[in-house]
Amino acid sequence: MRPDSIDAAPDIHEQELRQLNLNTQIIGVINDAGISLRAVTKRYGKKAVVDDISLVIEPGEFMTFLGPSGSGKTTTLNMIAGFVSATEGLLHIYGKPVAKLPAHKRDIGMVFQNYALFPHKTVAENIAYPLDRRKISRSEQKTMIAGALQMVRMGEFGDRYPTELSGGQQQRVALARALVYQPRVLLMDEPLGALDKKLREWLQKEIKRIHREVGSTFVYVTHDQEEALSLSDRIAVFNNGRIEQVGSPAELYQRPATLFVGRFLGESTVLSGSRVDSLHGTTTLNISGHDIRVPGEQDSTSLAILIRPENITLHDEGTVTDSTRINSLPVIVLDSSYLGSAWRCEVQLPDGSVGTVREAHSTIVREPGTRAVMRWNVDSGVLLVDTGEAGVSLT
Amino acid sequence: MTLKRALSALAVLTVLWLLLPTLVIIPMSFNSAASFNFPPQGFSLQWYANFFTDPSWMRALGSSLQVALITMVVATALGIMAAIGLSKVRFRGKSLLENFFLTPLIVPGIVIAIGLYSLFLRFNLLGTLPGFVLAHTVVALPLVIINVTASLQGVDPRLEQASATLGAGRLRTFFSITLPLIMPGVTAGALFAFVTSFDEIILSLFIQSPQLQTLPVKIYNSVTQASDPTVAAVAVVAMFTSVIVMLTAQFATRKRKRVSA
Repeated sequence: MRPDSIDAAPDIHEQELRQLNLNTQIIGVINDAGISLRAVTKRYGKKAVVDDISLVIEPGEFMTFLGPSGSGKTTTLNMIAGFVSATEGLLHIYGKPVAKLPAHKRDIGMVFQNYALFPHKTVAENIAYPLDRRKISRSEQKTMIAGALQMVRMGEFGDRYPTELSGGQQQRVALARALVYQPRVLLMDEPLGALDKKLREWLQKEIKRIHREVGSTFVYVTHDQEEALSLSDRIAVFNNGRIEQVGSPAELYQRPATLFVGRFLGESTVLSGSRVDSLHGTTTLNISGHDIRVPGEQDSTSLAILIRPENITLHDEGTVTDSTRINSLPVIVLDSSYLGSAWRCEVQLPDGSVGTVREAHSTIVREPGTRAVMRWNVDSGVLLVDTGEAGVSLT
Repeated sequence: MTLKRALSALAVLTVLWLLLPTLVIIPMSFNSAASFNFPPQGFSLQWYANFFTDPSWMRALGSSLQVALITMVVATALGIMAAIGLSKVRFRGKSLLENFFLTPLIVPGIVIAIGLYSLFLRFNLLGTLPGFVLAHTVVALPLVIINVTASLQGVDPRLEQASATLGAGRLRTFFSITLPLIMPGVTAGALFAFVTSFDEIILSLFIQSPQLQTLPVKIYNSVTQASDPTVAAVAVVAMFTSVIVMLTAQFATRKRKRVSA
């Protein structure tokens, strides 16, 4: 059923790779990967929109490209899809080099933000379109279309035209159309970007379920960090045409490799300061005159500590005693709001910047303007190089 | 109030002024006297009978239809390709090229006619069917390009990308996705091309030969050389052909607007 073009001539292709002076271990990685990008660059004129990206996406993995607009995530997706050709680098899909393969021969499925359903075809005709290209018989098509519509819970809508459906329904049809021919790779370009919050959350669950059911490699582009965290096996965080970090949602949240990643995913408090000393794997920083300890060592002179809001507690002034395992800093409460499950406080740090605290079990209402002490376990801080970048707005 | 009334009167007069020369031909075509004098005397269908039985008139009608149909096909095919090409590529000076394709609408017909005349003389195309088709395509092409370009702007480029990911090559995508979606514009453009060719007189006068004349050329010759009232009947037939085709084009365009809305 799958067109055999994808599996063509592995011998020639290995020869080709050897000519590029890649060692056998790398060739093995490329052959075993669902999607492999090696040193991929895309330049428009002199500007590198995608700058020397290398990434291995495992077969069956749910990989999300997360980043602000203009970070290169969509261009990278378009290179995998075949809409944009890479200026440099190697691109392989299931071990097959695809750099010179046009989009229609890559055997991928794609879902677009604006659904891209064919308006002159009914839902069933839309889903039949890729099956016609694959010369599948009418009778077989019928069962496949019914199955695909069943999968996205749109069984009743085969005879409708796209314009007669809501946005969420159209996107489900688009999913069915992109998956009905069982492509090994499904690309999604901000598929939920045009939908409202409730529908988005529901469709996220649907996409997760469908990913489990079909087992294809999913590549999902979004600028919504919550969406990325809840959907993905792994996330690649894009910034300025480069990948800042690749990891599981928990890794990225708990152990961000760069300040950009830490700020882009979830809420955080960032303390900038200069190094006092590094001893036994613990670094001490001077933060506005206070000695603050953090695990790890970094070479750079300008350093920062990132702490997640749920790892910080607030205390009244003078009620706390210092300990070697706990850091504390005096703060002023700026704002506090009750979220039901927790209190969320914004506090002013000694250097004037704003930090965030999330207290799950506090019963104390903290009035704006009151002084307090924020404390956190030394181990919950993350030592990072201070790149001097301003905070990222989470839109 | 008086101003409003005066303006209404002016409007009515303008409409009459625009319509009368066209409408006056209708009663003339039923004239029983063999003259162009207005008002006509009596009622007769003899000029229509004359038109439909005279082999020279029938030949001219046949030539006109033949030239118009071939021109329509050629101009539509070229116009679709040009419009798609212009919508796809991006380069400096693109608007210059776009305007270049529309020059036949702006350049005086007589200039094109003289240019074509000298070219056709050199290549022995005067008085030939290919000559007529080539000449008429020059003036019909811009109308196809304008209509198809307008249609293409309503087509989401993501649809073609979606078609590609689903396994369709460029040609398949064009015939299955793009063409059906721009069909209203293509239809309108084709009908405009037909009418343009069917009504064309300036270029045709230069290209004509005694063996090959289109209807407008034959009408012109009949009026200037012999005062034959048959032309009134011919003109009415030609007029209604054009009006019907144009109304169809209008209808196609309106349908396009509804679909894109």
